[in-house]
Amino acid sequence: MIPASFEYHAPRRIEDAIALLQTFGDDAKLLAGGHSLLPLMKLRLASVSHLVDLGGIEGLSSIRSVDGVISIGAMTTHSELAESGLLRDEQPLLPRTASQIADVQVRNRGTLGGSLVHADPAADLAPVLLALEAELRIRGPAGERSVEAVEFLESMFTTALAPDEILLEVRVPVAPANSRCTYEKVSDKASHLAIVGVAAQIVFSSDGRCERARLALTGLGSMPYRALAAEERLRGSTLSEEDIAAAAQQVTDGVEPLSDLSAAADYRLHLARIHTARALASLTPP
Amino acid sequence: MTAMNTERVAYVGAHEKRREDLRLTTGEGTYVDDIQLPGMLHLDLVRSSVANARILEIDTSGALKIPGLVAAYTAKELRGLAPQLPPAAGVPGMPMQLAEHRILAAEHVRFVGAALAAVVAEDRYAARDAREAISVDLEPLPVAADFERALDPDSPLAHPELESNLCFETTLGNETESALAESDVVIRQRMRSQRVIPNPMETRGVVVDYRKSDGRITLWTSTQAPHLIRSLLAQVLDLPEHSLRVIAPEVGGAFGSKNALYPEEVLAVVLAKDLGRPIKWIEERQEHMQATTHGRGQRVDMTLGARSDGTLTALKLRILYDLGAHPHGNSLLSPFQTAALMTGCYRIPNAHAEIRGVFTNTTAIEAYRGFGRTEAAYYIERAMDLLARRLGIDPIELRRHNFVKPEEFPYPSPAYHVFDSGDYELCLDRALEKFDLASLREQQQRMRSEGRYLGIGIATYVYRASTGVMPRPPGDQLFLKGLWEYASVRTDPMGQVTVLTGASSHGQGLETSLAQIAADELGVRLEDVSILQRDTDVVPYGGGTMGSRSLPLGGSAVLLACRQVREKAMRLAAHRLGVDSDAVRYEAGRAFRADAPEQGLSFAELADLSFWPLDLPEGMSPMLEGSATFGAKNFTTPFGTHACLVEVDPQTGGIELLRYVAVDDCGRAVNPSIVEGQIHGGIAQGLGQALMERVVYDSEGQPLSSSLLSYAMPRADDIPNLETELTETPTDLNPLGARGVGESGTCGAMPAIVNAVVDALSPFGVEHLDMPLLPETVWRAIHDEREAR
Repeated sequence: MIPASFEYHAPRRIEDAIALLQTFGDDAKLLAGGHSLLPLMKLRLASVSHLVDLGGIEGLSSIRSVDGVISIGAMTTHSELAESGLLRDEQPLLPRTASQIADVQVRNRGTLGGSLVHADPAADLAPVLLALEAELRIRGPAGERSVEAVEFLESMFTTALAPDEILLEVRVPVAPANSRCTYEKVSDKASHLAIVGVAAQIVFSSDGRCERARLALTGLGSMPYRALAAEERLRGSTLSEEDIAAAAQQVTDGVEPLSDLSAAADYRLHLARIHTARALASLTPP
Repeated sequence: MTAMNTERVAYVGAHEKRREDLRLTTGEGTYVDDIQLPGMLHLDLVRSSVANARILEIDTSGALKIPGLVAAYTAKELRGLAPQLPPAAGVPGMPMQLAEHRILAAEHVRFVGAALAAVVAEDRYAARDAREAISVDLEPLPVAADFERALDPDSPLAHPELESNLCFETTLGNETESALAESDVVIRQRMRSQRVIPNPMETRGVVVDYRKSDGRITLWTSTQAPHLIRSLLAQVLDLPEHSLRVIAPEVGGAFGSKNALYPEEVLAVVLAKDLGRPIKWIEERQEHMQATTHGRGQRVDMTLGARSDGTLTALKLRILYDLGAHPHGNSLLSPFQTAALMTGCYRIPNAHAEIRGVFTNTTAIEAYRGFGRTEAAYYIERAMDLLARRLGIDPIELRRHNFVKPEEFPYPSPAYHVFDSGDYELCLDRALEKFDLASLREQQQRMRSEGRYLGIGIATYVYRASTGVMPRPPGDQLFLKGLWEYASVRTDPMGQVTVLTGASSHGQGLETSLAQIAADELGVRLEDVSILQRDTDVVPYGGGTMGSRSLPLGGSAVLLACRQVREKAMRLAAHRLGVDSDAVRYEAGRAFRADAPEQGLSFAELADLSFWPLDLPEGMSPMLEGSATFGAKNFTTPFGTHACLVEVDPQTGGIELLRYVAVDDCGRAVNPSIVEGQIHGGIAQGLGQALMERVVYDSEGQPLSSSLLSYAMPRADDIPNLETELTETPTDLNPLGARGVGESGTCGAMPAIVNAVVDALSPFGVEHLDMPLLPETVWRAIHDEREAR
C-alpha cells in the first residue's frame, strides 16, 4: 500500500490550483477527500506525478440557500451533507442519500465534488443530482461556466471537466413544500458500493396525486441515469399499486445492466424494480 | 508467622478483565511491524499474476537502478542458499505425492501469488518501487482452477511434473453398504464448505536479526507456534536449534492461517545472513489474501440412512478436498478431522468416509477456525434437518432420539474417534427454553399466512479440541507432532510468581486465564502472577496455539507445575514448623499445621525462605519452582446447541437475523468473559461463511475476490444480539476439566444459520443451498422453484 513517488502541491487560491493544472497537464490530479484517488494510488492502479490538494483553498465547502436555489461547495463532505439542517429542511434527498454512503470515516473525508468528478458508476450522489437537474459551476483558466448534471456525467469515470478545470459548486433547487423523497440502496457487502440505488422525489398535488416525479438510479449499468419514462408514467397518477408496478417495470427500460460478483444482470434488474417500487410506496402525501 | 488468610473467592470461574487489553487497546502492544532495528532493510516480493506458468525470464536490472535498492534475488541468485519448504504433514503409511515447494519459484509457478523474486532496500518505499521495476516473462500453462473438476480425465495438471491432480486418497470407518440397503429411508445430499480467507486483523510479518560473530539468528514473526517455527527453520536451514531464537510478539489474530512455516520466514533468514543486516517483511492485505493460506474448500457427497422411526443406521461421506498448489503444514489433515466427527452428536453404528485431496493452481488451504470439524458439524446438522423433513419428524426430536446419551460414554464412533463424555441434551434443553421455540413456531405459521417467511434453525454440534493428543489413540489416523504443552512456574524471593507457557497467545487472553489458574492453585493474588510466553529463548518448548488447545493443555500444564511448587512449599513449611509433611495443609496461599492452623507460613514467606540455602529440608533444592508437560490421552469434545431465527425477504432474497441463541459447553470455563468472547468471535466467522464470504477464482485461476473491496466479511452491524449461556460439563481428560472453546462458535453458527434459512424457504420447496447464502442465491432458489412449478 505504498504509492509511487509524487510531488505534493497545496495551493491556497483556486487560481493557483488551475495554474498547476495548466503547468502539469495530465501528470496532475486534484485531491479532494482522497477516498477514491488515494487507494488507487496506493495500489498503483493510478499513477500521479503531481497531486494538487484542494484542502487549503477557502470557500469550497459551504451550503447556502438564496432565492430558491441551494449552492453546495464542491469540497463539502458527505457528513456535512448528511448533517446539514438547511438541507434537511430544503432538500432532504441530499442528506438522506449522503448518510447512506460507505461508512462514517469515508463520509467524514469524502466530498460531493470528488464523488461527482470521479464518476463511479455506483456513485450515490450522482443520481440525486440527475433527478434534481442540478447545475454544476466550473472554473477554468478562462473563467467560470455552468453545466447541467446530465451533461457533466459523460460516461464511466469520465466527465465534461477539462484537464485544467475545477468543479466549484453544485446548485439544486429547493424542494417544493409538498414533496417527499427517499433513497433506497442495496449495497455490495464487501465494498458497500451500490448494487442498486434509487433516488425518488414526488411532488404531491393538493388532492394527493403525483404532480411530478423525479426518479434516478445508480449501480445498474455503466452510468447513473434518470428514469424519465417512469417519471412520466407516474405524473398525475394516484401512486396506486398498479401505477407503482408499472413505473417500477419501466425504470430498467433500455438499461444494459452490469453482471459481476456483486450481482448478476438479471438480479440487478430485479432489484432495481423491487426497490423502485418500495421507494415509491414509502412516499405518501404530506 | 502470619495470621490465617481471610476467605477468598476463586479466580477460576470469575469474569476477570483481560490484563492484556489496556496495552493492546492503547497502542502499547508490540507487533512485528513495531520492531525497528538499526540498519534494518526492507524486503518486498514480486508475485506471480499467472496461475500456472513456465518462467521464461525474470529481469531484475530495472530494480537495480532504484535508489536505495540493496539487492534483488531470483531463485538463480539464491541457488545454494535457498532450501525447499518442508512437505506437508501426512498420515503415517498413507501414500501421497507432493510437488516441490521452493521459497522462490525457479522454473515454474503454480498459483497467483507465488513469490518470483525478492528485493531488499533501505526503506519500504524503495523496496516497493524496486518490486515494480522487475519484469517477469511467463509462459502460461493450462490451469486447474476448480477442485471439483481437477480429477476429470481432461483436466489440466496443476503440477505437470506429477502424474495427476490427486495428492492422496484413502478411506476410513466401517462398512455401510448393507446397513444403507436395509434402511427405510436414505438421504443423499451434495454439500460444500466453500473456500474462505481467514483474514486476521494483522497480516503476516517477519523481522530477522543475524549476528555475524556467532551466527545467532533472532526471528520475530507473527505466528501461532514459535517453537514449531524454530524446529522447522532449523530443519530446512540445517542449523542447530539453539542458534535460532523465534519470538512471536503480539499477534493480531491468526485463526489457523499462521500455524505453518511460510516461505517468507525462510527467505528473510537467508537474506539477512547473505546481506549481514536485519531484514523486515510486512505483508500487504491484498498480498495476504493470495500468499497466506485459505480455509475450508471441501465438497462432500453425503448418504444418510435411517429407520422410519428416525433411528440412524449408516452414514457415508465422500470428501473431495482442495489443497491448492502447495499444501504445507497441516494442510492435509482437514478431511481426516471431518471424518473423525462425521457422526456428530449421534449414535450411528456404521460410518464410512472416502477422502480425496486434490491439487489446484490456487493458494494452499490450511487450518481455519474449526479446521475440518466445523465442516463435519455443518454436514451432519444439515443432513439431520433433511432427514427430519423426509420422515416428517420434528428435527429436534430426531436429534434427541439419536444423541449419544451421557451414560453411553466413552463412545467409540465407527469413524475412529472415541468421544470422551458429554451431555448434549443439557445444552439443547437450555437453548430451546431460552429461544422459546414453541411460540416462535407459532409465530412462524402465523406470519407465513401473511406472506412473510421466518426460519428456525437448530444445530447441536460437537467437535474435538485439545489438539495434541499424546500418545496417539489407537486407530486414530492423525499424525500430530509432539503437541503436548509445557509450563514452568517459579517464584522470586518476594513471592511473586512467574509462569512460562508453551502455549502462545495470539490475542485470546491467555495471559489472564493462565494467571487465574496459577493464582488459585498457589493461593496468591492474580496481580502477583506474570505470564511469559512466545519466545523460544524463554520457554523451553511448546506446541503453540491452535485447535482449541491452549487453555485445556497449556492450562493443565500450568496447574501441574503449580502443584509441584505447592508440594515444595508444603515440604518446606513442614520442615520449618517441625512436623511431618503430611501434617501440613495448604489453603489460600498459606501452609499451616493441620492440628494447629494458627501455626503457618504464607506463600511469600516460604518463597523467601526457599532462597536461603542453610535451612532447607533434606535433599530439597533452593527456590520454589516446578515444570510440567501435559498431553491429554484423547481429544476433548466441546459441544453445544445454537438456535437461530431469520426472516427471508422473498422478493429480494435478503436475510435478516432476528435472534441468535447459543448455549455452549466447554467444560470448566476458567474465565467466562473470555469464553463468551470466543463464542462471539466464532459465531461472527461462522456467520461470515454462512452468509457472505467466498473466494472466487476464474477458470484461469485468477482470484476475483482478493481484496476487501470484493471479499465480504461480517462487520459489527451484521451481527445480531447474541444470547449466550454456558453449561459446564467437565471432562476428566485433563485436571482442569476444560474442553476448549476456540472453535465452538463456527461449529454451531454455520449449520444453525443455514438450517434457519432453508427452513424459511421450505414453503418454496427448497431443501438445501450451498453457502454463502447471498441474497442473490436465495432469490434465485425461490425463483427457480417457482419456475419449476
